[in-house]
Amino acid sequence: MSLDLKFNYTEKKDTRSGFGDGFLEAGRKNPNVVGLCADLIGSLKMGDFQKEFPDRFFQTGIAEANMIGLAAGMALGGKIPFAGTFANFATGRVYDQIRQSVAYSDKNVKICASHAGLTLGEDGATHQILEDLGMMKMLPHMTVINPCDYNQTKAATIAIAEYEGPVYLRFGRPIWPIFTPANQKFEIGKAWKMIDGKDLTIFATGHLVWEAVVAEAMLREEGIHAEVINIHTIKPLDTEAILESVKKTGCAVSAEEHQLNGGLGDSIAQAFIRYNPAPLEYVGVNDSFGESGTPTQLLEKYGLNAENIVKAAKKALKRK
Amino acid sequence: MKKQSLPELQKICSQLRRDVLRMVHAVQSGHPGAPLGCAEFFVALYFDQLHHNPDFQMNGKGEDLFFLSNGHLSAGWYSVLARSGYFPVAELKTFRKLNSRLQGHPATHEHLPGIRIASGSLGQGLSVAIGTAQAKEIDQDNSLVYVLMGDGELQEGQVWEAAMYAAHFGVDNLIATVDYNGQQIDGPTIKVMDLKNLKAKWEAFGWEVIETKEGNDLASVIAGLEKAKSLTGKGKPILNLLYTEMGYGVDFMVGTHKWHGSPPNDEQLALALGQLEETLGDY
Ligand SMILES: Cc1ncc(C[n+]2csc(CCOP(=O)(O)OP(=O)(O)O)c2C)c(N)n1
Repeated sequence: MSLDLKFNYTEKKDTRSGFGDGFLEAGRKNPNVVGLCADLIGSLKMGDFQKEFPDRFFQTGIAEANMIGLAAGMALGGKIPFAGTFANFATGRVYDQIRQSVAYSDKNVKICASHAGLTLGEDGATHQILEDLGMMKMLPHMTVINPCDYNQTKAATIAIAEYEGPVYLRFGRPIWPIFTPANQKFEIGKAWKMIDGKDLTIFATGHLVWEAVVAEAMLREEGIHAEVINIHTIKPLDTEAILESVKKTGCAVSAEEHQLNGGLGDSIAQAFIRYNPAPLEYVGVNDSFGESGTPTQLLEKYGLNAENIVKAAKKALKRK
Repeated sequence: MKKQSLPELQKICSQLRRDVLRMVHAVQSGHPGAPLGCAEFFVALYFDQLHHNPDFQMNGKGEDLFFLSNGHLSAGWYSVLARSGYFPVAELKTFRKLNSRLQGHPATHEHLPGIRIASGSLGQGLSVAIGTAQAKEIDQDNSLVYVLMGDGELQEGQVWEAAMYAAHFGVDNLIATVDYNGQQIDGPTIKVMDLKNLKAKWEAFGWEVIETKEGNDLASVIAGLEKAKSLTGKGKPILNLLYTEMGYGVDFMVGTHKWHGSPPNDEQLALALGQLEETLGDY
């Protein structure tokens, strides 16, 4: 039985490739764009930029703290540095460097974090950071972006080069459906209502936007009409769009590849509590580390796939 | 800026020490020891060496830039910035007070002219300085970047990441100075965590190292910085090991870590100021 999906795909690619291609394009558009990477150029897909602009690219070696400081220094000299490594080493390992030299100093540094979340897969929990959105969104001045597929990641990468200020851009490794349009315009801080609905709202970010699209079709088969909103920008959060939707639907589910503590769901809950109390169910990782496995296996084991969004939706509906 | 004579500069050093002592005394907090020891360095740099523009531009294009990595020396830096015209000298009295631009540790957030990056959490400034030096290189801006670090600060791993990086990239428009006073918070560095042979360490990392053995003698400090400048542009980053005495200029403060982070009381302040008679006029 095939689902009647409102968004579909013909091709799959990793979001990190969207980053790499967007980075190259941003570099072509603006000569001030420079790159840094801590011995993960291939993994981050920064190689094309490096080849085309060798004088604007800096291999830092395995030294992430230094890389963040370098980027801050380049930014104050007028460059737009994109500093790339795995999400774990781009946040937890260098939190103090980001806090002092980038966020507090308000430097135009783009922290580019790949291999975020469970879908990193086989490398296991040492690399599967699930706390990064929380850490980054707590930092004053920091913009936090978590796009959902290749096209959106590419567009987001180009957009952050044009935005002045520190940004955390999160993307990943798995080959994932490309279900959003090519050459889309990416508006930082503007939620995207992908599917109109009336019974509940699914707020999803990152890879789980695709799962939300699938869940919407599954719910529709049972006569439940879910609204799907793509929250690619975790901070600043589009509170207006979120509240407008839940005022109409009356309940919601949040879906993210992140800890429940400190994630997107928490930000949405804050908005609900303050402005429009409504039932909210969380889909995310519940206070645990990940483990080795394939992305699909892990999303299933940790309750982060379309089936779990459907379950959460039914729970939320009962609480209306 | 017209260069000033040695006696004139000497007077500024004395004034800087007076400013530091009065600033930390007024709020009974802050770090007097190291800035007292670095007075000659600050004055030599800002009044003799830097090609800089007190009409402050964040990106510092076309001018020499200085970063204070050991941000707890803020009182000394604020004094030399004010005395060289970045902001009114009277503002020194707001040091560490509510709503001041003169935060406990240097910050850009309040837009104090002269500050380009926050510091205080040790170990980060060298990386920032290298990044800015490379931005200058990309822009073919041949001015220099200076940074000051503490010797205890060198215990931070990030410093050595940065050291390795600068040598690898041949960042040669950079002069890093280490305030080699042999002291840190908990005692002498030799006891807390021995730095052993610093000159050999930096050389092994690929840096050109010069030693300024008389770091509290103004003429020597200037000569050291001149020498450092003459070595730039030759493919290697420059390290200036500046031998200073913590607390220099006040007999009961000199040479001990006890004044690293303790302010003088009223009586001690009077005693100390009595030993620093040359003044340009206190704020
Ligand atoms: C990352 C970090 N750890 C600890 C401190 C607390 N701290 C402030 S100054 C200092 C000692 C620094 O020693 P040194 O660099 O030799 O400076 P000096 O004692 O000469 O002032 C310490 C441990 C800090 N500011 N940053």
